[in-house]
Amino acid sequence: MQHIRAHVLVCGGTGCKSAGSKEIQLGFAKYLEEYGLQNEVMLVETGCHGFCEHGPLVIVYPEGTFYCHVKPEDVKEIVESHLYKGRIVERLLYREPLSHEQVPNYSEIGFYKKQQRLVLANCGAINPEMIEEYIAVGGYEALAKAVTTMTPEEVVDEVKKSGLRGRGGGGFPTGMKWQFAKNSVSDKKYVICNADEGDPGAFMDRSVLEGDPHRVLEGMAICGYAIGADEGYIYVRAEYPLAIKRLRTAIEQAEKMGLLGENIFGSGFNFTLHIKEGAGAFVCGEETALMASIEGKRGMPRPRPPFPAVSGLWGKPTNINNVETFANVAQIIVNGADWYCQYGTERSKGTKVFALTGKINNTGLAEVPMGITMREIIYDIGGGITNGKKFKAVQIGGPSGGCLPESMLDLPVDYDSLIAAGAMMGSGGLVVMDEDTCMVDVAKFFLNFTQSESCGKCTPCREGTKRMLEILTRITEGQGREGDIELLENLAKNIKETALCGLGQTAPNPVLSTLKYFRDEYEAHIKEKRCPAGVCEKLASYTITDACRGCGLCARNCPVQAISGKIKEKHVINQDICIKCGACMAACPFKAITKG
Amino acid sequence: MKSLEDLHKLREKLKADIKLRKDEGTKIIVGMGTCGIAAGAREVMSAILDELAVRKLLNVQVQQTGCIGMCEKEVLVDVIRPGEPRITYGKVKPEDVKKIIAEHVVNGRIVEELVVGKLEQE
Repeated sequence: MQHIRAHVLVCGGTGCKSAGSKEIQLGFAKYLEEYGLQNEVMLVETGCHGFCEHGPLVIVYPEGTFYCHVKPEDVKEIVESHLYKGRIVERLLYREPLSHEQVPNYSEIGFYKKQQRLVLANCGAINPEMIEEYIAVGGYEALAKAVTTMTPEEVVDEVKKSGLRGRGGGGFPTGMKWQFAKNSVSDKKYVICNADEGDPGAFMDRSVLEGDPHRVLEGMAICGYAIGADEGYIYVRAEYPLAIKRLRTAIEQAEKMGLLGENIFGSGFNFTLHIKEGAGAFVCGEETALMASIEGKRGMPRPRPPFPAVSGLWGKPTNINNVETFANVAQIIVNGADWYCQYGTERSKGTKVFALTGKINNTGLAEVPMGITMREIIYDIGGGITNGKKFKAVQIGGPSGGCLPESMLDLPVDYDSLIAAGAMMGSGGLVVMDEDTCMVDVAKFFLNFTQSESCGKCTPCREGTKRMLEILTRITEGQGREGDIELLENLAKNIKETALCGLGQTAPNPVLSTLKYFRDEYEAHIKEKRCPAGVCEKLASYTITDACRGCGLCARNCPVQAISGKIKEKHVINQDICIKCGACMAACPFKAITKG
Repeated sequence: MKSLEDLHKLREKLKADIKLRKDEGTKIIVGMGTCGIAAGAREVMSAILDELAVRKLLNVQVQQTGCIGMCEKEVLVDVIRPGEPRITYGKVKPEDVKKIIAEHVVNGRIVEELVVGKLEQE
């Protein structure tokens, strides 16, 4: 055996893979051999590091050098300079966006400094396809501790004491949920992991499954022990092929080592796991619809009670938690509830993983302690708004959540403050919007999503969201009427109160929150037939300013001859004929045409 | 795997494989500037890796560095034991490696005849 002196960690998360990390890995394999280093340098494929904006990422240990935007043609240089000669390839280092300073080390990058990576601790640090690396960093210690030294009651109590709340969005106390399932008497119980991550712009659960699958399996097994279940399902959408592949590998490895299966750690506790691939219907993230889907039925929710803890999968008591919730369990059991409680706020303990997307510089995954402000997440970790534009709103909680304006940026991020502000934690998607975003259009986008994902079982959701979408559409097309806002509010209130499941009950949230914070934009659309952000095409009007030199290019490019004027004189657009195609604006060499 | 002890035993064994990703243990740094490479730094490096493998010294990190200006004395090899001064050895040949590792890295006795510099850690 040779002494391994360096590890090259190539990110194999979905983000970096689509940016070409597979070729980079192959490149390393090739050049390491060419330079005769294959026996002293270890090549490791890891899960997502969260800094997807700068991928593909490569980290070289022992120095901990962080290379970003690595291209296949850079690999030879890294091998020759860094691995052979020990010279860091400076041009590939990360630069802080403000100071332009190069940061060679992983831990010193601003994006990571404010984060508290508990759930993501192993993501990007270990090889997710090797159970050995998970065990080396302390994996399966919690399961061993739980089944050999604790009673199921003690496990439930510890989780209760930790204050852990459901990370899938609702925020229901996890320990209580476990207690209900434990209290149900039955010969058979189930544990289900909800990995049906469906919010637009959310990819936290996928990254955990891809980067640290064993952590989720361990959490599920502990839950099984606590509530008395011997079988579990992971419901994961088929659009996550890499997550499914790594889960399968993980389950196989854990079974081989006896960490899943029969008589785990000689305790007499048995636990087996299955994967159920979902077809990607948003409603299947709702627990009763999800269980129907596992049973092979059409994915539709049913009224509760009975709650799954009493009558769940195949009528048996079932406990369902989200991926991130299960990923929190092992550390609570190992370090204790008191340790866990030091993170977070009074009523929201621990950390939350957020997926940062939209008009933000550092797109990626960030794990922060509860109670941090939105401003810190967006500016300190996210690096601010792209292209130096102004912040307008942030959509939190996906289609079930709400839009928060600039005035709410100093709000502490925890379950209760977000609900009070008209949004919700949701699964953790954060979509950042800049000044060029029309809030009515955003509300329409999200409602369009929930409307088409509505399963159609209950009338308020099926018909109500359809009517709301019609009203929003006509507002954005300049056909808004007096009273539309009130009608929207009325419909929203009714749907929230009468819809069968969470999908319908939360579907009006984007409309309500934009009405609350951006009502003037709705009014401008309806009363002045104007879109302040200039997004809604049918409301836009193009005008020619005094910068016009009369070249006539616009008139020649107009497909409907709406522009007239003499050569070398200012031209005019006839608004009655104009179809708002924007061809004139694109053609004008003097930027004399404005849209508003 | 049948008990907590089994898991602990396995973990101790596996921990060494990823120890490199944490900054701990003794460091050996080889000067790999053009001057170093010309003087045979690559061979010295290979000898170090071989010797570490033979002795199963899994917690020793081997790093490289560029030219520090003492080209005359290449191949330069630095040894830093945690909490001790950084010792620089000069004109190191592959056959010196065994001695440096046995004496200094393992037993903490500096190989005085090869030393060209000593740097107290800040």
